[in-house]
Amino acid sequence: MGFVVTDRLEEALNHHRQALSLRHERQKILAANIANADTPGFKARDIDFRAEFAFALGRRGERLELAATAPGHLARRGAPAAVSEVLYRVPDQPSLDGNTVDIDRERSAFVDNSVRYQAALTLLNQRIQGLKGAMAPE
Amino acid sequence: MTMFSIFDISASAPSAQAKRMNVSASNLANADSVTGPDGQPYRARQVVFETVAAQAGVGGVRVKEVIDDPSPMRMEYRPEHPLANGEGYVTMPNVDPVHEMVNMISASRAYQANVEIMNTSKQLMLKTLTLGEG
Repeated sequence: MGFVVTDRLEEALNHHRQALSLRHERQKILAANIANADTPGFKARDIDFRAEFAFALGRRGERLELAATAPGHLARRGAPAAVSEVLYRVPDQPSLDGNTVDIDRERSAFVDNSVRYQAALTLLNQRIQGLKGAMAPE
Repeated sequence: MTMFSIFDISASAPSAQAKRMNVSASNLANADSVTGPDGQPYRARQVVFETVAAQAGVGGVRVKEVIDDPSPMRMEYRPEHPLANGEGYVTMPNVDPVHEMVNMISASRAYQANVEIMNTSKQLMLKTLTLGEG
């Protein structure tokens, strides 16, 4: 069975697509941290982007399947989790109510992530433009 | 989680903080209300926040409940006051103006921070929609 054009297209764009998707997941986690800056007992979360990205790139093409060898076995439902491990942020200082959100740290992380999201977006766009140019008739 | 859940998360915070500001404003306005519609002196109220945990403890915030401030009521010695008790003390509200002002400042800062998050997210979403355009 030969290659399908769409497979190769997907391969070319996969790297940036994964980056974008992971950046978006991190945006949500950071936004949740900032939203819960005053919630007692809330622990700030984050992901190790480098590790998650490597994991996301590596596991593409190999899907963990539940072994369904007998009729009674359950089939895995739903998409795989977007992020493998959401870690806890180490707090800089203790607090009376157990909240570990440092608003300044979270805001700067959010800004950093936004810029990197835009970078991933720009790079993906350029890749698409490059592919479109390569496919153009003249 | 859908693409737009980041707005759900960030939008929950301004409304929770606004409730907190309302409660604070009510406390400050009634700092000297010796009596209310039920004949009792005003009791300070506080909000309790809780996380709306969607997944892995990540989610927005909401006001779980508005509780009565458990700190003791302030007793003022005013024997000539019509509502003074047997020893001449009037029960005044347990509102601490300093505490309420700090609450207001903290709530408005948090409100601003979350509105900023929503703006940034909106811009990123709009930019993402232009993906693929020449």
